[in-house]
Amino acid sequence: MSGIGTGYDLSVSTFSPDGRVFQTAYAQKAVDNGGTVVGIRCKDGVVLGVEKPVASKMLVGGSNRSTYPINQQTGMGIAGVSADGRQIVNRAMQEATQYKGFYGEVIPGYVLSERIASYVHLFNLYWYVRPFGAALLMASYDSEGPQLYLIEPGGTAHRYFGTAIGKGRQSAKTDIEKLKLTELSCRQGVVEVAKILHTVHDEEKPFELELAWICDESNKEFKRVPADLAAEAEQQAKAALDEDMDS
Amino acid sequence: MFKAALHSGSGKPRRRATVSSPHKPAGRKLLEWRGRIDQHFGYGSSEASRSLYLEDGGQYAALLQAELEQPVSLGTTIIAASYAGGVVLGADSRTTTGNYIANRVTDKITPLAENVYICRSGSAADTQAISAYVQWFLQQHAVDLDRHVSVKTAAKLAQTMVYQNKNMLQAGLIIAGWDKQGGGSVHTVPLGGTLLQVPYSIGGSGSAYITGLCDKLWRPHMTQQECHEFVVKAVTHAMARDGSSGGCIRTVTISKDGVKRDFLPHTRVPIAYGEMQQPMSVGA
Repeated sequence: MSGIGTGYDLSVSTFSPDGRVFQTAYAQKAVDNGGTVVGIRCKDGVVLGVEKPVASKMLVGGSNRSTYPINQQTGMGIAGVSADGRQIVNRAMQEATQYKGFYGEVIPGYVLSERIASYVHLFNLYWYVRPFGAALLMASYDSEGPQLYLIEPGGTAHRYFGTAIGKGRQSAKTDIEKLKLTELSCRQGVVEVAKILHTVHDEEKPFELELAWICDESNKEFKRVPADLAAEAEQQAKAALDEDMDS
Repeated sequence: MFKAALHSGSGKPRRRATVSSPHKPAGRKLLEWRGRIDQHFGYGSSEASRSLYLEDGGQYAALLQAELEQPVSLGTTIIAASYAGGVVLGADSRTTTGNYIANRVTDKITPLAENVYICRSGSAADTQAISAYVQWFLQQHAVDLDRHVSVKTAAKLAQTMVYQNKNMLQAGLIIAGWDKQGGGSVHTVPLGGTLLQVPYSIGGSGSAYITGLCDKLWRPHMTQQECHEFVVKAVTHAMARDGSSGGCIRTVTISKDGVKRDFLPHTRVPIAYGEMQQPMSVGA
């Protein structure tokens, strides 16, 4: 019984003497080591960007998706273990459908975020389950306007102007803070997100960029950014990166 | 059990039960005995009235009992209409058990939430139960949302209850109110549990008599005052024609400025064509 956890990290139902739940912290680490995911709330919508490492040259592009529409007005981006994330996405879809069926109205973003957080939190309460190794960025655009939420493995849900999770989160967050989000349109936001993710990804390893948004231009529906716009954004991001390198 | 059908368009023969009709033998018999009950309870000596009460071998008691055993029904006229910026709900105030008026000042316009009200027709018990459930659901929901509930949600909850229990319920509902998203809106839930959003809706046994009138008088973008006048006029006419509607007229006006209740006592209800003038009374 010696080492890092010294026996207090075996179960999610055990606190350490200084009041922490190690299993929950480990789940957070699983997220923090994954690909970077960025979300920003612009003046007319929300943009999500996911950096997906390409595991093999033989991989067909566009497989292993990590952004999902929940309903017309909500979408999610997965960070961390994507299989775990998909489980949460499924639950979110169920919650949204059930809410609509019962109340006759679309589930508001903040209600959904809280319900999802409660679901995620359940897996931090019993010894026979493990927490999700995934965090989710949720973009919604309803009567409250565009909103961005982050749901983490511990069962927390927070609303952000912009945030990042995964490996490159630190520098991504400082980059986001420099943006003038109240003036930025989603069209511009897509380019900024692409820039941030390309900057953060400093290794030579290849990666795929998945961009999704919900804004006035997408008719307030959660959709993947149109291929031409996404390609242009990536091109601009690369050009900006080269410029930085040269100077 | 025999239940009185009160909603317009039900069209079933059992409807006759709520229409008060002095032509029927049962009605005449009741009138005949009504004098006697006055004597019995008010004027006769207890010994004399006791013998009076019993001299028919309990026939009168049985007759009255039969009336009171009828289900309590809102043989009704209800209405809700939207105007520019809100809604006006209106209803008569008669509740009957068979031919007997169990309550002549009933309030058939019940709050579901701060900003949503419901007009009830059909069985008093059923519609009270539904309203109570919806009130409870909406209270929970308002806490969940941390703001006012929408009229649409209130209507949806009522509709779900009516639809899922359609074989047990006798309820024709009109749900109306004001919310930020939809402004003033009217939703109607008739017998089978359909849910419709409409510019205005009428319901209850009295509504059959005023369909044409309402189609003629209702206009979009009325002012609050015009809409209120429309509602009162519609209920007045229905009360004149429908034997199961009567008493006074209650209205509720809902807009972004809040909720306002109005009450028109039966002495002030304008007389319809062919009706006799109210007898003069000291108070009026």
